[in-house]
Amino acid sequence: MGAQSGKRDYSLTGLEGKRAEERGLVSAQWYTTSIPRQRMKELMKRKDGPAIRDTLIWFGLLIGFGALAVWSWGTWWSVPIFAIYGILYATPGDSRWHECGHGTAFKTAWMNEAVYQIASFMVFRSATPWRWSHSRHHSDTYIVGRDPEILTERPPIWKIIAMQLFHLYGGPVELKRFLLHSFGRIEQHESQYIPVSEYRKTFWEARVYMLILVGTVAASFYVGSLLPMMLVVLPTFYGNALVLLFGMTQHLGLFDDVLDHRLNSRTMYLNPVLRFLYWNMNYHIEHHMFPMVPYHALPALHQEMKGDTPVPSPGLFAALREVIDALLKQRNDPSYTIVRPLPDTARPYMAGLPENPYVRSKINKYMKAG
Amino acid sequence: MTEKNTWVLACGADEIDAEDVVRFDYGDRTFSVYRTVDNEYYATDGYCTHERVHLADGLVMGHLIECPKHNGRFDYTTGRAKRKPVCVDLQTYQVKVEGGNVYIAL
Repeated sequence: MGAQSGKRDYSLTGLEGKRAEERGLVSAQWYTTSIPRQRMKELMKRKDGPAIRDTLIWFGLLIGFGALAVWSWGTWWSVPIFAIYGILYATPGDSRWHECGHGTAFKTAWMNEAVYQIASFMVFRSATPWRWSHSRHHSDTYIVGRDPEILTERPPIWKIIAMQLFHLYGGPVELKRFLLHSFGRIEQHESQYIPVSEYRKTFWEARVYMLILVGTVAASFYVGSLLPMMLVVLPTFYGNALVLLFGMTQHLGLFDDVLDHRLNSRTMYLNPVLRFLYWNMNYHIEHHMFPMVPYHALPALHQEMKGDTPVPSPGLFAALREVIDALLKQRNDPSYTIVRPLPDTARPYMAGLPENPYVRSKINKYMKAG
Repeated sequence: MTEKNTWVLACGADEIDAEDVVRFDYGDRTFSVYRTVDNEYYATDGYCTHERVHLADGLVMGHLIECPKHNGRFDYTTGRAKRKPVCVDLQTYQVKVEGGNVYIAL
C-alpha cells in the first residue's frame, strides 16, 4: 500500500481511482456482521406508517414555524423563529432526501419518490445526479478517487468546513450545476457516475429547480421583501449548520481505503429530538452495512449488531470532539486515523478479507498511541 | 426452453420461505431462486446487474427483489429492472417443481 502521508488526489478523474481499482477496492465485497436471515427479513420489512407520521409532523412544524416567521417578520422575534425554521427545513430535508433516495423510508414507492424530489430541491441537491453519487458512496465508501461524497480531504480544508456552516461552499456549487444542467450540460466528474441514460432526466429536474428559484426571487422583488426567499430558498443556507455537524460525524477521522464499515463509519447515540431530525442516521455503521434496513428499524438493527461493532460515541458533542481532534492532528500528519476498539465479542477487523498492510500498520500504530 | 436446456436441481421447495429468495450456486454460476406468497417459483441470475452483489441477501416484496447494496429493484418474474440504480434487466430462467424439489432450466 502506498505511503499515505502526502496530499492525495481526491478527484474522480485522477490516478487515485485507478490505484484503488488495482488494489481491489472498487465495487468490492464489504464485511458484514452475521445476522440470521429471518431476523434480517424482519428488520428490512417496509412500512408506510412511521414515515407518513414523521412527514406530517415535519411539514406541520414547517408550516407552523413558517407562519410564526411571517408574523414575526420585521421584529427581533424573527431571529430565533427563523433559526428554528431553518433547522427544520434543512436538517430533515437532508435526512429525508437520504432515506427516500434509498427508497426505504416508505413502503409505497411513489411516496419515497415524492418526498425525495421535494427534499432534493430543499437541500439543493440535483435529485438524479445525487442519487447516483450516493450510490457510488455506498459502493466505495471513503475510497479516495472513487467516493464523490468525501466531506473533506486529508489534511482537512478548514475554509470549506467553515463555509459549509452556512452551505456557502456546496450551495453555490450546486447552483452552478443547476444552471449547467438546465442548459443540457454535465460536469466532467459527474460523467464518472451518472449513466448517459439519466442525463435527460437530470436536465429537466434542473429546469424545474431553476423555475422555482427564479419564481421565488421574482416574488421577493414583487412584494419588495426578502420574506419569500427566507421561506423557500435561503433556509438551505442559514439552516445548514446541523446538516454539516451531523455529516462530519459520519466518517471523518476514520479510515480511508478499507472494506469494513466498522473502520470507516461512526455510530453515535442521540436524543429522540435529534434522531427525529436525522431519521436515525446516527446509526451510521448499521446503515452502511445494511442499507436496505429502513430508518425506523435502525435502533433494532443496532441492538443486533452492537456485539460486533465499536462502542458508539455517547453523543453529538463527543463525536464532534473526536472528529475535530483527529482533523487537527491530520493537519500535521494526514495519515492520522482513529481506530475505534471492538468489543471482545466482535469478529476482527477485516475478517475474511485479504490482509491489508496499510490498515494493519494503522491499527498497530494508533491503537498503541491511544 | 430449447432441447439444449437441462433441468438442474436447485433446492427443495420447502427450503425457501414464502415471499423469499435463496442462493443456488452451480459450477461457476450463481442464481437466485424465489418463492412467492402463492407458492410460485422463479429463478434469475444471482448477481445484480448494477454491481456484483448477490440478490439472495436482498428483500422480496411481492414480485420484486431489492438489491441489498444499492436498493435497486427487479421484477423477478420477468427480470425487468424496476428501480434505479438498476438499468439493465436480469436474466430469468424457467423453473419447475417436481417431487418437492425446485429445478431450473439451464
